[in-house]
Amino acid sequence: MSTPLLEVKDLTMHFPIRSRGLIPRTVGHVPAVDGVSFSIGAGEALGLVGESGSGKSTTGRLITRLHEPTSGQIIFDGQDIAGWTPRQLKPLRRDIQMIFQDPYTSLNPRHTVGEIIGAPLEIHKLVPKQGRLRRVQELLEIVGLNPEHYNRYPHEFSGGQRQRIGIARALTMQPRLLVADEPVSALDVSIQAQIINLMKDLQKEFNIAFLFIAHDLAIVRHFCPQIAVMYKGKIVENAPREELYTNPQHGYTRSLLSAVPDMRQAVVGGRRERIRYTGKEEVVTTTER
Amino acid sequence: MLAFIIRRILVGFAMIVVMIFVVFALFFANGNPAINQCGKYCTPEKLDEITGLLGYDKSIPEQFTAFSAGLVVGRDFPVNDEYRAALIENGYENRIIHCAAPCLGYSQSDQKTVNQLLVKAAGPTLSLAIVSFLIWIFFGVLIGVIAAINKGRWLDRVVVGSTLVVYALPVFVIGTFFLQYVAIKWQLYPYPRFEPLKEPADILPWLTGILLPALTLALFFMAAYVRYTRAFVLESMSEDYIRTARSKGLPERTVLFKHGLRSALTPLVTLAGLDFASLLAGAIITESVFNYQGMGALAVKANNNHDLPVLIGLVIVGAAAVIVMNIIVDILYAYIDPRVRVTK
Amino acid sequence: MTRPFLSVENLVVHFPTPDGVVRATDGLSYTVEPGKTLGIVGESGSGKSVSSSAILGLHRNTSAQVSGRIWLNDIDLLTLSDKEMQARRGKDVAMIFQDPLSALHPYYTIGDQVAEAYRVHNKVSKKAARDRAIEMLDRVGIPNPQLRVDDYPHQFSGGMRQRAMIAMALINDPQLLIADEPTTALDVTVQAQILDLLQDLQREFNTALIMITHDLGVIAEVADDVLVMYAGRAVEYGTTKQLLTAPAMPYTLGLIQSVPDLSSDVNEPLRPIPGNPPSLLDPPSGCAFAPRCTFKHLVADNLPDTVMPELEEIAPGHLRRCHLTEHDLSKLTPKPAEEVEVV
Repeated sequence: MSTPLLEVKDLTMHFPIRSRGLIPRTVGHVPAVDGVSFSIGAGEALGLVGESGSGKSTTGRLITRLHEPTSGQIIFDGQDIAGWTPRQLKPLRRDIQMIFQDPYTSLNPRHTVGEIIGAPLEIHKLVPKQGRLRRVQELLEIVGLNPEHYNRYPHEFSGGQRQRIGIARALTMQPRLLVADEPVSALDVSIQAQIINLMKDLQKEFNIAFLFIAHDLAIVRHFCPQIAVMYKGKIVENAPREELYTNPQHGYTRSLLSAVPDMRQAVVGGRRERIRYTGKEEVVTTTER
Repeated sequence: MLAFIIRRILVGFAMIVVMIFVVFALFFANGNPAINQCGKYCTPEKLDEITGLLGYDKSIPEQFTAFSAGLVVGRDFPVNDEYRAALIENGYENRIIHCAAPCLGYSQSDQKTVNQLLVKAAGPTLSLAIVSFLIWIFFGVLIGVIAAINKGRWLDRVVVGSTLVVYALPVFVIGTFFLQYVAIKWQLYPYPRFEPLKEPADILPWLTGILLPALTLALFFMAAYVRYTRAFVLESMSEDYIRTARSKGLPERTVLFKHGLRSALTPLVTLAGLDFASLLAGAIITESVFNYQGMGALAVKANNNHDLPVLIGLVIVGAAAVIVMNIIVDILYAYIDPRVRVTK
Repeated sequence: MTRPFLSVENLVVHFPTPDGVVRATDGLSYTVEPGKTLGIVGESGSGKSVSSSAILGLHRNTSAQVSGRIWLNDIDLLTLSDKEMQARRGKDVAMIFQDPLSALHPYYTIGDQVAEAYRVHNKVSKKAARDRAIEMLDRVGIPNPQLRVDDYPHQFSGGMRQRAMIAMALINDPQLLIADEPTTALDVTVQAQILDLLQDLQREFNTALIMITHDLGVIAEVADDVLVMYAGRAVEYGTTKQLLTAPAMPYTLGLIQSVPDLSSDVNEPLRPIPGNPPSLLDPPSGCAFAPRCTFKHLVADNLPDTVMPELEEIAPGHLRRCHLTEHDLSKLTPKPAEEVEVV
């Protein structure tokens, strides 16, 4: 078996709890991410689902090293980057890029699209200045935007187009791993599918691996052949999608699946089972429609 | 909550200590300050006298230690031991000045302790600060709210326009107008003179004497506060919870006063606290226009005389005022905003 | 003939701006009966929230221009004085909003805010209002309501906050509840709980419910009738079953097709609607959806670009706004989405 592109082993991150006494002290830790392990092969996609506060976003930010892990290993391309300094990480930033949820706040409104997409080229001094514009236009074309619009500002674009700009920026450095944190949940329904298709095309064309963090189970199922479920900082289940959706092993997974509104079933009617997971047991309620 | 207050006070105290050290280090950076103070017609004898009186011949760490000790237990002037011994020997014991704790120093040019000078100057300055503060907060917030609820209408435009004019007018222009025209030429108002407030009966003359200078000072701040208030109210009235309040069926009055104003005024507390603190160090221009002997006037005089102990004292009092006001603002904040008060 | 319980007729909401008039809602009509749920579906900027705020009179005293008729129990809400409208707000009609954190005042306790809604319409003591608030908090499933009533919003979880909002909205037993994306900001499992709660309460109080959402899954779960809005207008209106099983307007079909569900084929790419929603400042003069429509080539000439189609009834209770003559879209062959020229 070949080594995976990214292997995360026993990754843990604690947030300190401060006391409220006269002299504040760290009195304990909240494990935001608690011994998480998974791996992603080159060009593959792993879905990470869970409720808000489950630690799924924190995990994404640990892998892109926006957060400092408390312990554990992040092995990217054979090297453990968990303890690397920012200086060591700099060349690696090209390989791991991030796509954010909110296309409205993640783009600097004072910079043109060309500057936003071209910034990584300038930072890493990869392409000579003259070549930069050509590369920017190429990227705009790849994500389905008009290459002549490089001189426009983010506010001149719609939400879906802004997310395309965000993706183009992430692609600039030809990354091998994209961490996409809820990339479509802020977008209109009719646009979500456009972005998902775009990311799928890019994955195929450039052999990019994805860590796809989301709460929409249907979209995750569509995008990721392998899905990990996070609950209270831990991965409680990690399985191929068919298995996860047809034969969920963990109570929390079952409660998640039972909560997804099902358009077709709701129209035809029939019994509907809702499972609520309390952390210890599952409470099932059934309704007839 | 109590722990929070005590912690803030302790931190504030530490900040004052650090600040005294910084001020001290700054002023003593280059050589003997007595040379400046001695002035144009300086003789070696006079220079020695000042140096010995204030202890400028000692090393800076020694001076700082003496100064700090003075703050805690008080000290005597002249600082130089031999000078003091000579005074006692010659029967001039009464010329030794005892400066009680917290002693901020001695002014050679005024022949008084810095504390005495500050206490004297504090009366007009404090009166001016408090009265103008009350005027500008009351009218500033009131007019700001009125402008905000009339946003875009002529009343709002008139208010916004006039605040700009008032804000642009230098304080001395307003002050001079009040003094030279309102009080002197047209005699519409008695000439403003500071009357100390010692007993309840003094209130009326005190207020009469303080009103014009306080108004002068207040107008400038009022212009700014009308604008702040207007902006904060507009921002707060566009919040989602205002829509909720309206959708409950609350009368617009309740929506504005109960739901809108409370959050709008929160940031004003910070601004008001700091602006008030800055006035405690004296309003130089206003004081000089109205010939008020407050902290500002004291600062100008001390600066002209190169009276270092007075300047240090003023800086320390001014900075302490800012720190204390900051603590008060923090406590008020915790009182207003439960998110600060209650942590999960 | 008696009028329906709620009947919105030809509602228009325009916002004048320095750049021109934003036609947020342009001639909208629908009805809702007690105990029934109308789902209003649309994307951001389709006018779905704006039109519903108009029912509460939330555009009064703003620059918005509102016209049309909003009949509630045979009274046209738009003709009421501000004071009369205010007395109905929160009593006859209540509303819950998308983000319960920003919709609750951070400085007041949950109990204060819930009780306030009761006190404004009922002459009762503070104590009685507080007891009523606790009772409502208990009814919406907040554990230990006697204790939690004194908590501030930031001490509640997202789902609990939305429950508190629901308690606040239902405390006066309103006849009509408008829920504006009530579950969008919540986790899937919490969303399911809130939807179940809303349906329980609706059954109990026989409330008419307007559920505004962009999520067809939510519509399928709760709505009896659905109104699809696009660029400020109704484009399709019918029973949930009619719309979800036999959508007759390409936009509705596009919405249904673009959303994957737990049984769709993962090897097929998703089928998005090409292009982007139009600006309401300068909406297309013809069919607003025409620039994105994959069926446009089936309509003669440049009709879609120049003429606004009328809302026509194609089956009893099923209305649509479309130039196509065929009602059954499955009989037609659309252009592939990639071939639609999008500006």
